[in-house]
Amino acid sequence: MWSYTLRRVLLTVPTLLIVITVCYLLLHATPGGPFDGERKVSAEVLANLQAKYHLGEPLWKQYLLYLNSLLHGDLGASFRYADWSVNDLVLRALPVSLTIGGVSMVLAIVLGVALGIVAALYRNSPADYLLMIISNAGSAFPSFVIGPVLILVFAILLKWLPAGGWNGFHVRYMVLPVALLTIINVSTVGRVTRGSLIEVMNTNYIRTAYAKGLSRWTVVMRHALRPTMIPVVSVIGPLAIGSITAAVVTESVFSLPGIGKLIVNGAANRDYTLVLGLVVLVTVVAVLLNLLVDLAYAWLDPKIRY
Amino acid sequence: MKQGTLVPALESVLAMPVEGRSPWQDARMRFARNKAAVASLVILLLITLACAIGPMLLPNAFDSTDWNMMSSTPTFANWHLFGTDDTGRDLLVRCLVGGRVSLMIGGLATLTSVTLGIVWGAIAGFVGGRVDNAMMRIVDMMYAIPYLLIAILMVTLLGREFYLVVLTITVFSWMDMARVVRGQTLAIRSKEYIEAARAIGVSTSGIILRHIVPNLLGIVAIYTTVTVPGVILTESVLSFLGLGVQEPMTSWGVLIQDGVGVMETAPWILLFPAALLSVTLYCINFVGDGLRDALDPKDR
Repeated sequence: MWSYTLRRVLLTVPTLLIVITVCYLLLHATPGGPFDGERKVSAEVLANLQAKYHLGEPLWKQYLLYLNSLLHGDLGASFRYADWSVNDLVLRALPVSLTIGGVSMVLAIVLGVALGIVAALYRNSPADYLLMIISNAGSAFPSFVIGPVLILVFAILLKWLPAGGWNGFHVRYMVLPVALLTIINVSTVGRVTRGSLIEVMNTNYIRTAYAKGLSRWTVVMRHALRPTMIPVVSVIGPLAIGSITAAVVTESVFSLPGIGKLIVNGAANRDYTLVLGLVVLVTVVAVLLNLLVDLAYAWLDPKIRY
Repeated sequence: MKQGTLVPALESVLAMPVEGRSPWQDARMRFARNKAAVASLVILLLITLACAIGPMLLPNAFDSTDWNMMSSTPTFANWHLFGTDDTGRDLLVRCLVGGRVSLMIGGLATLTSVTLGIVWGAIAGFVGGRVDNAMMRIVDMMYAIPYLLIAILMVTLLGREFYLVVLTITVFSWMDMARVVRGQTLAIRSKEYIEAARAIGVSTSGIILRHIVPNLLGIVAIYTTVTVPGVILTESVLSFLGLGVQEPMTSWGVLIQDGVGVMETAPWILLFPAALLSVTLYCINFVGDGLRDALDPKDR
C-alpha cells in the first residue's frame, strides 16, 4: 500500500513537469514576440520590457526562472490585461468555476447514484428508461447544443431564468449552468452505479444475506451499497477532468466570468502567459485530483493491494 | 408429417457440401439483422454523400450573400431550404460544407489516432516487460491531462490550419485504443488456441495473421466507432469556442456557435447544424453498438 502510494505520488511529478515543459516550449516555438504589436514601441521601452520579463536571457534560464516562480505560486503577468497578474485574474475567476463545478459535481453524484440504484433494482422500470435516455442523449447532444437549448426554453421562451451572466453569486444565475454540467455528468455516474450494483447483487454474499432472511432494503443498504461505490469512486477522477472541459464550454455558453472563459478569451487575444498559466494551474489541480481519487480507490477496495 | 417424407429431405440436406462461414461473413450477417444499426449506417452514408456532392449540385455558394434574403426562414425561394443566416448566406450549403470539414477532420484524426493507438498498444503488448510498463505510464499521464486546455493552447500557438487541428485532436485521442489493443494483445498471446496452433506447427507469422490480427480487428473496429464521435466532438468544441477553422470556411461547430448568437430571432440557424451534428453522432453510436454485437462471438 505504501509503496503504491509512493509510486503513484512519484509518477505525478514527471507528469506535471512534462506538461509544463511542453507547454512552455510550445509557447516559445511560436513565431512573433509578445510585444510585436501593431503599434511600434520605442527601443528603450522594448529593452525595459525585455529586461522586466527576462526575455533577453537564454531559453533554459527563462525556463528555470518560470519554474522557480511557479514553485512560489506566481503565474506571471498577463500580456494583454495591463496591470493584472495572472494570479489576480485567477483569483477573481476561480470562485465562479469552483462553485459551478462543485455544486454540479455533488448533484451529479447524488442524483446519478440514486438513479443508478433504482435502475439496477427495478430493471426496465421508468427509472431505468430515464437513465438510458439521458445517457443516450448525452452521447448525441454535446454540451454546446444542450446549453443553448436550455437557454432557449427556460430563458427566452418561458422567461423563468436569466440567459447568462453571473451577477455576484445570485442563485438564479447559477441554475442553468449547474443544470447543464449536472446533465452532462449524471449519466456516467448513473450507468456505472447501475452496472456495479447489478454485478454486486449477483454475488454469493448477497445470496447469503437474503438466505439469512434480511429484507431487500437491508440487503441493499447494508451489504450491497458499499462495494457498489468502489467503481463509482474510480470515475470521479475522469469525471472531474471532463467537468473542467465541460466548464470551458458552459462558461462560454452562459458567459460566466470563470476560469474557462478566461482561457478562451486569453486564447482569442493570444495572451500567451495567461493561457500558459491557466493551463498549468488546471493541469496541476487535475493531476492532483486524479492522484487523490486513485489513492482513495486503492484504499477503499480490499481486493486491491499493491 | 409422415416419416417417409422427412428422411429423404434430411438426407438431401446432409448430402450438401458443408460450407463454413468465415468470422467476417458471420459478423456481416449479424450486423445486417440489426435494423437500427443498418438504418444508422444508411443515414450516415446519406449525410456523407450529401456533404460531398451537395454543394456542387445546389445553386448557392457557401460564402456568397443573397442581399434580398437575409435571415430568411426556410423557404423554397432561391433554394434556401434551410433558410439563410444573418448575412444572407444559404444555410443548407453552409451546413453541407461545414459537414465536409467536420467529417474530414473527424475521419483523418480518427485514422491517425487509431493508427497511433494500435501501434502503441501492440508494441506494448507484444514486447511486454519494462517497455510495456514505460509506454503505459505515458498513457496514464495523458489521461490525467485536461486535454481541451492543452488543445486550446496548441491551437492558439500553432495556428488553425486544417492539419494542425487534426494533429491537435490526434495527440489526445489515441490512448483508449492503445489501452484496448494492449490488453487484447496480452490476452490473445496467452490463449489456448494460440498454444494449439503452435502445437500443430503453425508458423509465427501464420499465428499473427490468422489468429491474433482477426481477434484484434474486432475490438479495433468497435473502438474506432467509439473514437469517431469523440474526435468530431472535439473539433466542434474547438470550433464552437472560436478556435477551429476560420471564416469564411466553416464547420458544424462554427455554425452552431453562429446560431447561438442569433437564436432569439432566428432559431433555425442554430437548429439545423445542431440537428445534423446530433443525428450524425447518434448514428455513429448505433453503428458502433451494432458492430460490437456483430463482432463479439461470445454474445450471440
